[in-house]
Amino acid sequence: MSRAALLVLADGRFPAGGHAHSGGAEEAVKAGRITDAATLEAFCRGRLYTAGLVAAGLAAAAAHGMDPLDLDAAADARTPSAALRTAGRKLGRQLLRAARATWPAPELSALAAARPRGAHQPVVLGLTARAAGLGPEDAAYCAVYESVSGPATATVRLLSLDPFQATAVLARLAPAMDETVAAAVAAARRALAEGVDALPRASAPLLEIGAEAHRAWPVRLFAS
Amino acid sequence: MTAEAVAVAPVGVPAPASALSESALPESAPPAGPAPTGIRATARITARRHGSGATVLPVLEGEGPLAVRRIRGADGEARVALVGAMSAPLGGDRLTVRAAAEDEARLRVTSTAATIALPGQRGEPAYYDVELTVGQGAALHWLPEQLISARGSDLHVTTRADVTEDGVLVLREEQVLGRSGETPGRLTSRMTIWIAGRTLLDQELSCGPGAPAGWDGPAVLGGLRALGQLLVVRPEFTEAPVQPCMLGEHASLTPLAGPAALVTAVARDGLAVRRVLDTALESLMR
Amino acid sequence: MHLDHATTFPERHSHSAEPLRADGTRRALRIGLGGPVGSGKTATVAALCRALRDSVSLAVVTNDIYTREDADFLLREAVLPPERITAVETGACPHTAIRDDISANLEAVEDLEDEIGPLQLILVESGGDNLTATFSKGLVDAQIFVIDVAGGDDIPRKGGPGVTTADLLVVNKTDLAPHVGSDLQRMARDAKAQRNELPVVFQSLRSEQGVGEVAHWVRAKLAAWSAA
Repeated sequence: MSRAALLVLADGRFPAGGHAHSGGAEEAVKAGRITDAATLEAFCRGRLYTAGLVAAGLAAAAAHGMDPLDLDAAADARTPSAALRTAGRKLGRQLLRAARATWPAPELSALAAARPRGAHQPVVLGLTARAAGLGPEDAAYCAVYESVSGPATATVRLLSLDPFQATAVLARLAPAMDETVAAAVAAARRALAEGVDALPRASAPLLEIGAEAHRAWPVRLFAS
Repeated sequence: MTAEAVAVAPVGVPAPASALSESALPESAPPAGPAPTGIRATARITARRHGSGATVLPVLEGEGPLAVRRIRGADGEARVALVGAMSAPLGGDRLTVRAAAEDEARLRVTSTAATIALPGQRGEPAYYDVELTVGQGAALHWLPEQLISARGSDLHVTTRADVTEDGVLVLREEQVLGRSGETPGRLTSRMTIWIAGRTLLDQELSCGPGAPAGWDGPAVLGGLRALGQLLVVRPEFTEAPVQPCMLGEHASLTPLAGPAALVTAVARDGLAVRRVLDTALESLMR
Repeated sequence: MHLDHATTFPERHSHSAEPLRADGTRRALRIGLGGPVGSGKTATVAALCRALRDSVSLAVVTNDIYTREDADFLLREAVLPPERITAVETGACPHTAIRDDISANLEAVEDLEDEIGPLQLILVESGGDNLTATFSKGLVDAQIFVIDVAGGDDIPRKGGPGVTTADLLVVNKTDLAPHVGSDLQRMARDAKAQRNELPVVFQSLRSEQGVGEVAHWVRAKLAAWSAA
């Protein structure tokens, strides 16, 4: 395995559509729940331990080689908001396109054929990690980092937040990201034996509700 | 300074390293060790369709703090109320309610008062499991009063429902974090819904002191203290899924990936949550 | 989702600019329209739609700063049926969506072809951006850069990737030149110096000629695309 492949996949410039998604930050900013670096940090921490943990568990399980279609159904069950399911599949489809061009693999083509409208992004992420020669822990790291870097980058654009402050927020979250990856990887290992029910399913009510509010806006900067 | 120490969470306490891995455990199994001090009690309710079209209750058993009473029904529907016979769950208790609506039966279960999770003597967690089954053409309405997580309590709630393809399930779950003005206890609540053997919904909310940090922050509960969900499974939703919409500032209705709709509401108090859920229930059952 | 044709096109650098659809038919020609805010991109797109819609099967993808504003303008103007206009969110970075991470736009153009059947032409309009914003070759087959005389007659001289490399440079709102003191001769000279043989069109959508020259250029591109 090439460790550098992890940097390629985790790079914010990896062309998989993430730049147009705020991870709920656009709605939280408009609602006044994110106003500065401190509230951004609290937002990211909550997202990390919920949506981030769930995504990391799915990604790690996919990287282990669990059936991506079972995992896709598990992602549906863990995503009550229709707006978030749509966003997750849209991002999954875009990632799959980039992944197939970057690390072509039969597994990726098979998933594209089975889910032409897109599979959930964390599942594609795990499969992409596999195709890139990376492991479950690497996939989980990509998922948790995306779960907080997306909102942080979006908040820089939405609030003109000092980019140094936003990056410092991400740096302060690093130990929590490590912890989340460990929990996700452990759960994915259990899922290998016990099935997808063993995967994390932590929910964040305001992210779910906010995603529906955001979807209904007539005018927005970000897709989610 | 640890990363957790700077989290903006007015009430939240920094999460211990174990909080997260615990929340990712597959089942809320009681920890091994010395025998629990609390009560183990199970209530069972089975509703069966009688030839006359009425629904009868061949099994209606309470135990310990879980008392069950048949109340007046209507239109072929049997109604049962859970009656809080003593203060429960306390730390260390393990309570289970099993309710089944067999094929074609119609059952409605309510409760007479809010359930208050209280701390036990040794600080052990309590477990409250609800297992619901809905048979072919059956309907089960599970509409208990709120669960209040009192200061110092540690409760794991697990709600699991198995619904057949053409069954109807209406499930309401409301949680209030702390009695008026009180710091809440720790509450972990998992809801898993199966339809014809496929998982429709699997979610878990962890909040209160000791929960993973951020639970009180802008992504999860935003400092609000009451949360409610209303799940409606109806075969009609296969053909005509509900349209997602907002039902208030912090309340939304969304179709699930199956014949079901879910209302999620967060508010300052339980009353505001109930108002949203009641209105939604009326429109979803139309 | 379109399959890749690695064996048919081994020289291909991008998985996005595949000229054939999954069923082997030739996909729609994609033309990008970029340029600064307010230069008249949307008005040009609207005029092109009116000029071409009777003879060409076409659709439009907009990339707004704020979603749907341009798409809504086109819908209000009823230049095309609503199913032929789609909008892409750009997360406050319109140039990223057309150049650095084109995945959402690729999904949009493919979805249009999947949903409304074979198309001959898809116009991809960028959100108003700066002079360096150009379309990725993985997204479009040709691009038009739209500037206007009111934005200053020194823009062609300043150059930048849009002005120098676009397949067609459109200098818009020539009717305003006398009012804003822009020297059209100078703009033409500077553009020629920057672009060598690449074409430049001076247009006023208010004139009788309107979008005619640009439409003519698009038709020529279409003919070349179908013949290839």
